[in-house]
Order: sequence, then C-alpha cells, then structure tokens
Amino acid sequence: MSKTLVIAEHADGKLSAAISKTVAAASQIGGEVHVAVFAVDGAAVAAQAAQIAGVTKVLTVNNAANNHALAATLAPQVVELAKGYSHVLFPGTTFGKDLAPRVAAKLDVQQISDIMHVHSATSFDRPIYAGNAICTVEAPASQLVIGTVRLASFQAAAGGNSAPVEAASVTASLPTHTRFVSLAAQKSERPELQSANRVVSGGRALASSENFKIIYDLADKLKAGVGASRAAVDSGYVPNDMQVGQTGKIIAPELYIAIGISGAIQHLAGIKDARTIVAINKDSEAPIFEVADFGIVGDLFTLVPELTGKV
Amino acid sequence: MMKVLVSVKRSVDYNVRIQVKPDGSGVVTEGVKHSMNPFDEIAMEEAVRLKEKGNVTEIIAVTVGGAKNEETLRSALAFGADRAVHVKEEGEIQPLNAAKALAAVFRKEGAQLFIAGKQAIDDDASQTGQMIASLLDLPQATFASKVEIDGNKAIVTREIDAGLETLEIDLPAVITADLRLNEPRYLKLPDIMKAKKKPVDVQSFASLDVTPGAGLKITKTAAPPKRSKGIVVKTVDELVAALKAKGLV
Repeated sequence: MSKTLVIAEHADGKLSAAISKTVAAASQIGGEVHVAVFAVDGAAVAAQAAQIAGVTKVLTVNNAANNHALAATLAPQVVELAKGYSHVLFPGTTFGKDLAPRVAAKLDVQQISDIMHVHSATSFDRPIYAGNAICTVEAPASQLVIGTVRLASFQAAAGGNSAPVEAASVTASLPTHTRFVSLAAQKSERPELQSANRVVSGGRALASSENFKIIYDLADKLKAGVGASRAAVDSGYVPNDMQVGQTGKIIAPELYIAIGISGAIQHLAGIKDARTIVAINKDSEAPIFEVADFGIVGDLFTLVPELTGKV
Repeated sequence: MMKVLVSVKRSVDYNVRIQVKPDGSGVVTEGVKHSMNPFDEIAMEEAVRLKEKGNVTEIIAVTVGGAKNEETLRSALAFGADRAVHVKEEGEIQPLNAAKALAAVFRKEGAQLFIAGKQAIDDDASQTGQMIASLLDLPQATFASKVEIDGNKAIVTREIDAGLETLEIDLPAVITADLRLNEPRYLKLPDIMKAKKKPVDVQSFASLDVTPGAGLKITKTAAPPKRSKGIVVKTVDELVAALKAKGLV
C-alpha cells in the first residue's frame, strides 16, 4: 500500500497553487496522501492544504528556522519525516527542484524529475531533451520513490475536503551556513503565470519594455497572465520570472497567445501542453506557426491593439 | 588559495533535432554533434571570471563519463581551467552516481567552491549540483544569476519562480549556474592549442571509492505527441470569431 508525502510550498501564509497539482499526481499513485507544511507556524497553510481533495492528513512541522524556504534547512527535516513513506513528491517549481535532490541524495535514492504521467506506484513518464522525447522510468520496488511533479501535466485537485491536521515533530540538526538576505519579487495583480487559464506572451519583436504595454493591455482585457520568450528577457524588456520555456516556466493554459515570438525549440518546450495556441508574427515561416492552432501573419503593433479592442 | 571545481558534461548539441529510435530504446546519439552542456559553459565562464577578479587561484574541470568526454574536458581547459579530472566510466550515468564521484573529487582536491550547470540539456534532471552539496553537507545556491565572493562567504542571487532571491552562504559551497549568470566567451585558437598540453588526471568510480547504486531503469523512450498544424487566418475578426467559437474569449 502506497503512502505518499507531498512537501508543501507556501509563502506569506498562502499555499502555492502548485500543491493541488502535486496532490493530483500523488492521488494517482493510490493509497494515503499526506501533505507536510514546514513553517514557523503552519496552521493557516495547513488549513488550506486540508481542503484539497485526496489529502488524507496534513502534518505541520513548526520551527523558527523555517521562516524562509532554504533547501539546506528543510532537507534534514524532510529526510526525518520521510521515514515510513513509500513516496515523497515535490512540486516541479524552483522550490521543489532545489530541495528534492538534496533529500534524495541524503536517502541514497535516484530522483525522478518532472513526473508527467503515473503508470503505477513505481513507473512514471518524464520528459527529456526539452520534451522532445518522453521516457518511462521504473523505480526499484523496494526503495523510497522521490520525485518532482511537472505541473503542466496535471489538473489541480478539487477543493472541499477537510483532512485532519496534526502537529509533527522532527529531530534534526539544522545548518546555519545558508542565510536568506532578500527577495526581489515582482508584485502583480495579474493571474500567476503557472496557474493562469489564459497567457499572453511577447517576444523579441516587441523591441522595448515600453512596447510591452500592448501585451499587458491585451492580457488585462482577457484577464490573462503575461509571459515572455527568453529573447525578450535576455534583452531586458521584462524580468526573468516571466520567461516561458525549457529553462523558464512550463505552462499549460487553455489559451496561449504568442506575440512576436518565433518559436525556438526551448520556448515550444514550455507551451506544449497549452490547449489552444495563437501566434501573431510578421514572419510566415516562423516555427511557432507549426504548432499554433490559429495564426495570423502581420505587424503586431497594428494587430494586437485591434485584437484588444475586439475581444 | 582558493580552488574551484567545475563539472562539465558532454551532451547532444542544443541545435540538434532530437530523433527517437524506432524501437523505443532511446534517442539517436550516434553520428550526432555533441558539445559541452550550455549551462556548464556558463559555470566555466563564471569560474574564469572569478579567477580574473582574483577570487580564485586554480580552476579544475571535472567530468564523469566515457572516453569521448575528453573532448569536453579539452574545451573546459581552453576556456581557462588549469587542469582536469576525468572520472572515466562508460555507459549511462545517473545523477546520484555522478554526484558521488564529483563529491569525492571535491573532497580529494580540498576545493572551496563547486560550480555546476543548473541542468544538463539531455536528461534535464537538474539534480547533480544539489546532490553534491547534500553528500558533502555544504550550502547550495542553485539557479544563480549573480555571484560575489566576499572572504569566506558568497553572496548569490538566484532566479526563482517568485523573482530574484539573494542568499549568503559560507564557503565551501556549491553553486549552480542559470542562463543569465554570464555570457560565455568564444574559444580562441591559441587557447585551444594550449589546452592540448594541460594535464588530465584519469580516475574511476573504483579509484574514488564510489559504489554506484542501481537506480532507475528506463524502460521505454518515445516521441512526444505531435501538435497538428492549425490554420492561418487573414484578419483579426476571423481570429476573434474562431476563438469565440471555441469559447476561449
């Protein structure tokens, strides 16, 4: 019988939307699903986790050292708590990617990164080569399975549950060699890129940060999140946390509108699971048209404001 | 005296169109251009810049893999590594086994800093750097976009989902390089020539006392489902009508 521990990601008392998707993957493994909240005081976050369908128990591990999500501090606690579980799953975010291997190495198990499909308790699909190949991996049945979950591959589990919340205590000596200094967060009223139903992205062809205004205008009209290609980020038009692609964020919105984005392989790797892709580009030969459901060839500076006016 | 270790991996070149073998046994790597994993180039470049700034006295490039990986080590030496270590092991090497060997080399060399790429563009695992830090109980700063050495500490800015996070870590430590940490230089012919004469120390799992674990078995490799090419519309009105028909706007 499987027993899966999901490691919660949270900030400012709010559970990350990534956890409902991680729980969805955990539920497909079967058996019990516990969510662990490591925090200074995890009560508020635990209450949110308890509502996710499929969760059978929420554990809070309160410690003043958990005021920032530092992998070096969290890993020894996760290692202790993992005892008695068959699986430990992390969201495939920078939080999970940073922490999971640190836990896996301590427990001497190979990690499965970016789980995109659960075949059984020991067999999973994961993408390699920027999603240009999918491999099926088999974990040894006798060993703990540690993995990160590719968020774009799972629908968020529903709410409405009321799983019991318990305080857990772990005994682990925590290092002091890693200290949080600061976080420069992009505050935005727009939907978060990774959970937005609609996303509008701009590329190099926008040519400046000022010109990105037409992207924001369309996004606001559609109540969409805003993304960008690597080229737009590298050119300094928008901050790095807006990058969509293999090395940025992997997203799966219902509607993705790519504006002035040629469609490099590494960008396409980030949008493969979008339900509908729209491309607006002046180059009819751009690779983005190979994957777009709807394309329109022309000058984005006239087409985008027109689209904003008509939706 | 500050020694820095940089791990480099030979991987299929990022410009290659990946072909999955029809029998599902893997992707075609024979007769395909290989080069240094791009994130490892960024790690190498950062080490060289730290040396140019006077923070680092010696750069040691290290790889884990078969005989062909020597060409990747020679590129690292052309970049500016002073010498190299080749942990020569043929066949597929999973991240934890690579990390065990790299941690052993780090310990043996008594280095103060390990810089690795944040992920390799072949298996996209993004595990090795964190695993090295874990095995050595050292601080880690992954996905770095800025590194400053300040005495026995490093101040590292990381690209995380929420924005840019800055950490202060004690040395020795492990840092993994993200895209925007720097732009790697082009290799010059005289440096490539000089690299041929630099020393490469050959090691193995056995010589480093590393026992590789069994780990995961890849049972099948398949091509991803193809998206079919859609339609090109002429006007914004047509586009809006099409999106409305699908209930998307």
